[in-house]
Amino acid sequence: MTDTAWIDAALASARPQAVGALLRYFRNLDAAEEAYQNACLRALKTWPQNGPPRDAASWLIMVGRNAGIDEVRRHRKQEALPEDEAISDLDDAEEKIAERLDGSHYRDDILRLLFICCHPDLPATQQIALALRIVSGLSVKQIARAFLVSEAAMEQRITRAKARVAEAKVPFETPGAAERSERLASVAAMIYLIFNEGYSASGDTAEIRSPLCEEAIRLSRLLLRLFQSEPEIMGLAALLLLQHARAASRFDSDGAVILLEDQDRSLWNKALIAEGLALIDKAMRHRRSGPYQVQAAISALHARAGKPGETDWTQIELLYGALEVMQPSPVVTLNRSVAVSKVRGAQAALDMIEPLASRLSNYFHYFGVRGAFLMQLGRNEEAHTAFDRAIALANTSAEAAHIRMHLDRLMRDSQVPVKAAKATQ
Amino acid sequence: MLYAILCYHDEDLVGSWSKEHDAEVMTKLAVVQENLAKQGRLGPVARLLPTTAATTLRKDDPPLVLDGPFAETKEQLLGFYIVDCKNLDEALDVAKDLGAANPGGAYEIRPVGVLNPGSIET
Repeated sequence: MTDTAWIDAALASARPQAVGALLRYFRNLDAAEEAYQNACLRALKTWPQNGPPRDAASWLIMVGRNAGIDEVRRHRKQEALPEDEAISDLDDAEEKIAERLDGSHYRDDILRLLFICCHPDLPATQQIALALRIVSGLSVKQIARAFLVSEAAMEQRITRAKARVAEAKVPFETPGAAERSERLASVAAMIYLIFNEGYSASGDTAEIRSPLCEEAIRLSRLLLRLFQSEPEIMGLAALLLLQHARAASRFDSDGAVILLEDQDRSLWNKALIAEGLALIDKAMRHRRSGPYQVQAAISALHARAGKPGETDWTQIELLYGALEVMQPSPVVTLNRSVAVSKVRGAQAALDMIEPLASRLSNYFHYFGVRGAFLMQLGRNEEAHTAFDRAIALANTSAEAAHIRMHLDRLMRDSQVPVKAAKATQ
Repeated sequence: MLYAILCYHDEDLVGSWSKEHDAEVMTKLAVVQENLAKQGRLGPVARLLPTTAATTLRKDDPPLVLDGPFAETKEQLLGFYIVDCKNLDEALDVAKDLGAANPGGAYEIRPVGVLNPGSIET
């Protein structure tokens, strides 16, 4: 690390707690952010000489709170606070004060901070942008880059989101158990959204967007440290870790998608897999299943298979069955059909997805999967039609390239000559 | 005399290191370790998974399983084991057996990410 990189790292890691506490004092996002920025400026000035305080977050909260104290006075009566000068840069005197002020609050502070970002009034894209800006502290420029939009457009998106949050009046009292668990569920969903923004990127944008996956993992670990006994949060963290572990093997050099069974498993990140497996193991002990745990368990079965042939498809099919009950959706059924094709053959799988045709008539993966089943059954003409449709519906060039590879294989293996693949983009 | 050197750091900070920086630190540490290993002075070296993967067993009667790392300050670290287990349940069973033999206090059960078994010439 360079000379000041440790300060950036310390500030980044203290940020959620500090901004969360400042938001509780000021009850206003902009004021909290401004106070935090002021505290950071002071940290940049004094930490290089004095070294870091033992508890960076408490230090930032105290300094930030003093910096914005006028703001506070306008809102409510405060107990007297030590003067800025009295706050030592050398020892941890402020730690005790901050502890008295914050004590058990910090958990709910961070949860609230995350929660206001996923207010139901905000569209998903605004939720994610706001969380990355406010909680993770990414710059507008960084977020704009990850979302492939201009900085001005992102700035506007975040400003709009903040305005809506201000109108929405999120309660600042300590939440009750039921409310806390609702907040946790919304926050978990938002973290998953952030992850998917990065995960669904492909080809030339995959590298630009993969920091979103890393940020989502960081947030899920943070949430798990705050709520240590929530099996669904363990499941969420496990799911993200296990999926991200495969990042290096998911695309070929041309940016085309490489399916799970064709991936070079030696490229999978073993440290992330170990952590994901440990978390899902821990979660299952609670015997309180949920969608994240089930999806993580499916991912874990893939991660445990040294070779594609060793994959426990029977178990995976059962888990998709469980997921279908928890979260009925044609997409889940479609995923389950892939496991069914491995266990009971392509015909059974095809029968299973026929009823989904109308609901998934514009879904790329439906036609990709259908084409693959038809191809396995030797119904090449029909497979060809399905693949053509898939290419027409592809969201990214990587998806289209992947289907074209199927078409090439189909034409190569085909006994009956099939008409040439349409050069649809 | 054998000495155990226990590693403490801000987990959030270490967790936010880039892959490159992490590898750089590991390479530097490996140099120190190899030097010790050549002299036959290096015992087991382990890098533990994050505390989020930890479970704690309070050695009460009956023993109490808690999610998360050991967080009390009134007890001190007195020793450690490394055992090979299929899963967390099996590790908890081992910890419970140990706890029955020596009640009181707690065990934190933490998966090991990387282990170099080392070798000490005695």
